[in-house]
Amino acid sequence: MSLLSYRRVRKSFGTRVVLDSIDLEVDRGQVITLIGASGSGKSTLLRCTNLLEPIDDGEIWFDGVDISEPGRKPDPVRRRIGMVFQSFNLFPHMTVLENVTLAPRKVLGRHRRDADDRARAMLDRFGLADKADDYPDRCSGGQQQRVAIVRALQMDPEVMLLDEITSALDPELVGEVLEVVRGLRGQGMTMLLATHEMAFAREISDQVCFLKDGRIHEHGSPEQIFTMPARQETRDFLARVIASGRM
Amino acid sequence: MTRTDDGAGADAPAPSAPERTRRQQYERRQLVRSIVTAALSTIAFAALLVFVVSRQERWPDVRDAFFDGGVFGDSFRPILEAFWLDVRIFLVCAPCILVFGLLVSLARSTRSPVLFPVRALATVYVDLTRGVPVILWINLIGFGVVALLSSRSFFGGYLFWGGVTLVWTYSAYVSEVFRAGIESIHESQRAGARSLGLSTWQTNRHVVIPQAVRRVVPPLMNDFVSLQKDVALVSLLGPVEALRRADVIQDRTFNFTPFVVAALMFVSVSIPLTRLADHLMAKERRRMSGTAVR
Ligand SMILES: Nc1ncnc2c1ncn2[C@@H]1O[C@H](COP(=O)(O)OP(=O)(O)OP(=O)(O)O)[C@@H](O)[C@H]1O
Ligand SMILES: [Mg+2]
Repeated sequence: MSLLSYRRVRKSFGTRVVLDSIDLEVDRGQVITLIGASGSGKSTLLRCTNLLEPIDDGEIWFDGVDISEPGRKPDPVRRRIGMVFQSFNLFPHMTVLENVTLAPRKVLGRHRRDADDRARAMLDRFGLADKADDYPDRCSGGQQQRVAIVRALQMDPEVMLLDEITSALDPELVGEVLEVVRGLRGQGMTMLLATHEMAFAREISDQVCFLKDGRIHEHGSPEQIFTMPARQETRDFLARVIASGRM
Repeated sequence: MTRTDDGAGADAPAPSAPERTRRQQYERRQLVRSIVTAALSTIAFAALLVFVVSRQERWPDVRDAFFDGGVFGDSFRPILEAFWLDVRIFLVCAPCILVFGLLVSLARSTRSPVLFPVRALATVYVDLTRGVPVILWINLIGFGVVALLSSRSFFGGYLFWGGVTLVWTYSAYVSEVFRAGIESIHESQRAGARSLGLSTWQTNRHVVIPQAVRRVVPPLMNDFVSLQKDVALVSLLGPVEALRRADVIQDRTFNFTPFVVAALMFVSVSIPLTRLADHLMAKERRRMSGTAVR
């Protein structure tokens, strides 16, 4: 059974339909990439998964439970689903260590000692050991995004949602963040990611979904999507991406 | 081609060190010049002022009425002692206002339907309180409630209810400052916190409020500068604080110097407070612009 499954998911903002009958299955350990033009609904799909936005119709199932059921408490779901944002969303008034340990302490009830030890160990593995006691604005963009990833991972999530996590970074900092994602893949983490980095999408994905106007227009293995796309819309999108030099 | 050092310097591009010194020398000269100019002009201006004022026909009357050295000396101590009451009222009311104001602002930003009455009540309170002059509230609550209670204890007295009025009125202003601060925290901060599984309350408590409070310290300081002066309104109810004491002495001496003494005391507190507020505001502005560039 899939870990995550989307069934005819629909979402509008006002009269504007942003997600339109989305069907998608994500198995444990799979990495699925969402590609598509700006405004195609990638972020919205991820935000709906984490219940930051309610969906209008359809269902989202997570580990055998319909999490999109109206009235369901979102917090127990969110603590099992990690999310990383394009603009990091670190808490500027807390040190890196405090950022990373806040949720484990307050939500999971870990003791400070325990939370600190685990956090420091992971920060160390991610090359952030010397940043633990600094404030986020003392870190480079790449470091901040890695801290945000650590912050989500400290909750031991079963799936990670990564929303264009390298888009706000200087080109020379993109690599260090993508390296972290590769590492997660190596550990078998289930991931759903929106990205404009086509080369990376091709390298890391088990499946690629091409979104346009809130619909999944094409869906398949990276080889299929990138070398022999079946739909004209996909070909057009990839041609534009290549023309703009992003692939 | 000469063999002097100057000639050699003209050949090679001039090293930057001597140039900097020249610039420093220039700046130092400019600085000294502007200090001297400012000092001279201030002295000249003050002399002119003294000359013009002292030549006025009524100046001796004004001097005797407002700046009587004898009255000043006699009234200073009693007024200073009374001013201590102003300071104490301020020190007790200020923290109460912070707490109450924050609670009201939180009540106004709740979303839950169960709390609708609380939200409505808080909104009515803020609108009503800010729409009525403080002095009217002093009369209404101060005299009104004390008359109703007709008790002689401290909690039935004018001093207590005067303080309550200050907390009541200022909390409304302060709650609006807090609310603006809370609303200025970007939605992405909430999203970041909620995505980790923190509840609404935990998000407020650990992420939103700490940042909002930091951001509103400067505007809050302005409100507390006014509070420090409005403490004198409590005197309308009878408690003998600085203004009241000055009033009493004025009645006895027919001289206005005591008011000048009281004014000096309020100013001696409010000017440093204002400067501190300016300083904090400038610091916050620098911090914000620094972040924006990054
Ligand atoms: N809170 C909102 N209110 C109204 N409209 C919204 C809101 N959030 C997103 N939208 C609209 O929904 C559409 C899809 O937005 P979304 O952010 O999901 O696109 P995206 O694929 O992530 O684009 P990008 O690549 O630029 O991040 C856009 O047209 C956007 O304007
Ligand atoms: Mg997006």
